[in-house]
Amino acid sequence: MSAHAAELAVHEHKDYTGAKIGMWMFLFTEVLLFGGLFLLYAVYRAEYPQGFHQGGLHLDVFLGAINTIILLTSSLTMALSIAAIQRGQKGLAIFFLSFTILCGATFMVNKYFEWSKKIHHKIYPGSEALAKYVDNMVEEGKVPPQQKSGVLLFFSLYYLMTGLHGLHVLVGMIAMAFILRKLLKQPFVHHRWNPFQKQELQGCRLVLEDPNGQTIWKSETFDETVKHVDVEFQYYPAPKHVHPDDYVALENTGLYWHLVDLIWIFLFPLFYLIS
Amino acid sequence: MEHHDNQQHLISYGTYITVWLSLLILTGLTVAVAGVHLGKYNVFIALLVAAFKSSLVLLYFMHLRYENRLFHAMFLVVLFTITVIVALTYVDTLAR
Repeated sequence: MSAHAAELAVHEHKDYTGAKIGMWMFLFTEVLLFGGLFLLYAVYRAEYPQGFHQGGLHLDVFLGAINTIILLTSSLTMALSIAAIQRGQKGLAIFFLSFTILCGATFMVNKYFEWSKKIHHKIYPGSEALAKYVDNMVEEGKVPPQQKSGVLLFFSLYYLMTGLHGLHVLVGMIAMAFILRKLLKQPFVHHRWNPFQKQELQGCRLVLEDPNGQTIWKSETFDETVKHVDVEFQYYPAPKHVHPDDYVALENTGLYWHLVDLIWIFLFPLFYLIS
Repeated sequence: MEHHDNQQHLISYGTYITVWLSLLILTGLTVAVAGVHLGKYNVFIALLVAAFKSSLVLLYFMHLRYENRLFHAMFLVVLFTITVIVALTYVDTLAR
């Protein structure tokens, strides 16, 4: 970094803590959004324990557990991606971030199979077949008549809460894809010129120095066999907000992703493990 | 250039992996406990384990443990707000 560039960097306004506070504030509004839905769940579950129990029997515990493991693992790789950026290991950060996106995609594919299986069996909010099915449950004595709406409420809340959560997974994946694109940017050629065609350059050599005067690279001495010299610079622009000195974009995306994981930590036992 | 405020807290890869393993073990525990019939305590235990898992994610993965006091205060305000909302709702629904 030249003296001029260093001066520019000082004048560039950065507020790392401010950026993170902003993200946390946003996450808190998300917590309140889901908090309201969890409250709705709690109140109805207290009112219709048997209805919820019957509804819960229809969820696939194995698939839910697999998705839990996938999300927990994706949270780990997200954290590792930030750890790698902090240490300047860009390749490792790219690997971990890509793995995290892959986990998100696997989660969504599982969700797709789960939902489509249920919808195939006509289990969805407002389904007439589901209402009839619940009536049969009452006749068979599985659910007391006054608990009937509990089953319907269970499925409505299941679709609403896991659906909203799934939407958050998608948004998280899009945010991660943007960061990944920044990290993957290819180097580009900055300059190409041909300054050494004059005879008097014979006996000279080309030396590249860093700002402290340390030699980074030097060429052979130009003798009479050298007709011309091409100088080509390739440099990797540090992606904005994703490099060892400033990785706030990656960190905030990580915070969002961990929140998605946190919500699932509660959704899993409350929906899949109640029967 | 004072934007290095959180970079002294380098958490080792090993710590993250330990946290992840604990989270997996706790998930196994929730599934196992759900299979045992304990009546009302099932929900209680499930929520307790979920709360413990959440604190691991918050403290380590989300770096809350290494953030300054402002972040802790903000988090506690939100926790308090939710507690008040839940308590008030229960006062209403239980008294009906």
